[in-house]
Amino acid sequence: MTAPANIGIDPPLAILLELTHRCPLRCPYCSNPLELERRGAELDTATWRRVLEEAAELGVLQVHFSGGEPTVRHDLEALVAGAAGLGLYTNLITAGVLLDEARVGRLVEAGLDHVQLSIQDSDAVNADRIGGFAGGYTRKIQAARWIRAAGLPLTVNAPVHRQNLAHLEDIIALAVELGAERLEVAHVQYYGWGLKNRAALMPTRAQLERATEVVEAARVRLKGVLVIDYVVPDYYAQWPKSCMGGWARQFLNVTPSGRVLPCHAAETIPELAFERVTERGLAEIWRESPAFNRFRGTGWMPEPCRSCDRREIDWGGCRCQALALTGDAANTDPACGLSPRHAEILALAEAESAREAPAFDYRRMASPAVVEA
Amino acid sequence: MTRAIVEDGSVPRLPRHIKLRFDKARDRWVVLAPERVLVPDETALEILKRCDGETSVDAIVDALAAAYAAPAAEIREDVSALLQDLADKGFIQL
Repeated sequence: MTAPANIGIDPPLAILLELTHRCPLRCPYCSNPLELERRGAELDTATWRRVLEEAAELGVLQVHFSGGEPTVRHDLEALVAGAAGLGLYTNLITAGVLLDEARVGRLVEAGLDHVQLSIQDSDAVNADRIGGFAGGYTRKIQAARWIRAAGLPLTVNAPVHRQNLAHLEDIIALAVELGAERLEVAHVQYYGWGLKNRAALMPTRAQLERATEVVEAARVRLKGVLVIDYVVPDYYAQWPKSCMGGWARQFLNVTPSGRVLPCHAAETIPELAFERVTERGLAEIWRESPAFNRFRGTGWMPEPCRSCDRREIDWGGCRCQALALTGDAANTDPACGLSPRHAEILALAEAESAREAPAFDYRRMASPAVVEA
Repeated sequence: MTRAIVEDGSVPRLPRHIKLRFDKARDRWVVLAPERVLVPDETALEILKRCDGETSVDAIVDALAAAYAAPAAEIREDVSALLQDLADKGFIQL
């Protein structure tokens, strides 16, 4: 039962389902964890449908079908139909390379509301090199045309970094040409694979400033035609991002095996134990799980967050980044200019981005291994 | 593609991927859009409910002027400004 102290907890607005960690692409900034979950561990259709029912019951309004690559799951249409039947807003986050016209049609019939298609670059050769998948760019462009022809609205997701930022103008033009209504220009975030590849991805401050100018000019030029959302790389920022809109405030993430997380990277925090949808109801996990309550609200905050006027604006930034860069998830996110570690992080970004980019360490499943008992 | 400009005769509608829905858990109306949940105030809700692909801006202004017993000229300015902003963000089509 709900503990009295937790009665005031608002329900989440959105849930992201990582239906699988399988993906034909190998992007070196993938948001999946370094230890990818295997096919055999994935939840079955009936369990995912139950998760959707529990989410709707809890007050979730939007569901994101993501991965890995969610279209590797043959039950995607059934899950979309289930979500749509519950009145949830359905969004598919896909690389698009496995789609064909008939599948797009079936997803429309199932009630899909919106598609987010990732592109790695506007230059086909560089896009395929970054994604680590030959022919991917061409397939994505074809997928975008099928999506639009089927009447589905399209957002193009463009993760940007030092190895494609020079093409930002062309990426924006491509989004318009594909008929996207929305473009996310998202500077790569440095967790998991992105952190591993940080030196190969981190832009210089000059590259960042140029990118910001390009986005601002395009927003004016394309007003009423293309909406551009812009995510900045926070190592160079003055204030940290309001990560997930605050820990366990608005958002739930479910991994392929059913572990429930407040954000996709939360499993990097070793002190926290995350419960599974197969063990406990979603609502109970949301309200009562110690991992969700650990950084919920402002009570956990140290200084300088605790007395900061911005504590309910950015919620202390990102716990996973605090852990990765300071060794303690309860510290102020060092992306914040008020963090005692901020200068160090900034110097690191400047030094890494000034050096020649090292080779990508592409996303991959762990190699099979046999060890002595 | 060019920017759509709201005029008195425009007939606004919600595109199929923008949904005006009652949110039972929070007891309020919301607009669901890609990665966005918007909460309209009372007047905005009255306008959005009339973005049905049949009612013109003129008719929306008349309906609101009657409902709020306010001068149509004032209402028109507010309605046009709101609809233009929503159109620019892709939440309505004309």
